[in-house]
Amino acid sequence: MCTYLTQRIELEGAAKGATGWFTLSDGAVYVDHPFHACHEHTLNIDFTNPGEGPSARVAVELTEEAALALVDAIQKALASAPPGLASGAHARAAS
Amino acid sequence: MNDAIWAGTINIAGHEDAELEAYLARPLGEEARGGVVVIHHMPGYDEASKEIVRKFAAHGYAAVCPNLYSREGAGVSPDDQAAAARAKGGVADEQLVGDVAGAAAHLNGLEHANGKIGVIGFCSGGRQTFLAACSLQIDAAVDCYGAFVVNEPPAESGMKATSLLSKAPGLSCPLLGLFGADDSFPGPEEVGVLAAELDKLGKEHEFHSYPDAGHGFFAVDRPSYRPAAAVDGWKKIFDFYGRHLGA
Repeated sequence: MCTYLTQRIELEGAAKGATGWFTLSDGAVYVDHPFHACHEHTLNIDFTNPGEGPSARVAVELTEEAALALVDAIQKALASAPPGLASGAHARAAS
Repeated sequence: MNDAIWAGTINIAGHEDAELEAYLARPLGEEARGGVVVIHHMPGYDEASKEIVRKFAAHGYAAVCPNLYSREGAGVSPDDQAAAARAKGGVADEQLVGDVAGAAAHLNGLEHANGKIGVIGFCSGGRQTFLAACSLQIDAAVDCYGAFVVNEPPAESGMKATSLLSKAPGLSCPLLGLFGADDSFPGPEEVGVLAAELDKLGKEHEFHSYPDAGHGFFAVDRPSYRPAAAVDGWKKIFDFYGRHLGA
């Protein structure tokens, strides 16, 4: 099935795509058919910057288990660092 | 018999004369032939879609698949184009109809065209096939597991797609529907509602639901592939087009 459901988020950071590093502005998260992974459905994440064109995109296609493990790993990594250390507001205040 | 074909990328005029990338395949023989517009699935204008175009040419039709995401930029990979189009809520229905009309006009302008046009689409392209057949003069349409023809997509989807049931009175041609009995989008109930509506309207249609098959059973490059359903489905498609797209 095509879920057609897409969670969109604003992102701040950078990603390295096929043409090199670019500044991130947007993300999309959805469960649907993958383009490449050999599964019927995957949790897909697009890290993008539409202002730099459609090729400014890093795509990942994860199984449900892998996606949940990633969420857990992100939570643990953030919890192990002082609160606010990687905050965008923190970075802006320091500059 | 000459069974050679030509296949390659061309440009065609789509909705509002937009230049679209498209993949064309046509027989090299001299026989009059019908044309088939192939509408790719939501993941985009991919290798599997092009393979389907070549399959129609090998069976004697001129076939073209317009890249519905061409507007996302030339030289952009099809998966990046698909992601960009998805982030914008997909392709608007009006634009789709214009793009299919452009593809059909291109086919009818080719040498040896007999003026008959079929449309076929898979997944989201199945819904768009029904839309095109209700909006344009088509000769035979094949909807392969198109969702949201009857039901509305979830409100939170952000997609531009809406139910097409109200357009059913405009269906201009016979419709072949091929579905998986285990599919949820469209589920058997949705398929049943569409069949009942077409019965009520007196619209010629032929629906088949395959057991042990879900969504995407034609997709040879995906785990959803179901050989028995796909082999029989292709037989039904070529039989259907043979009856309706002949000279």
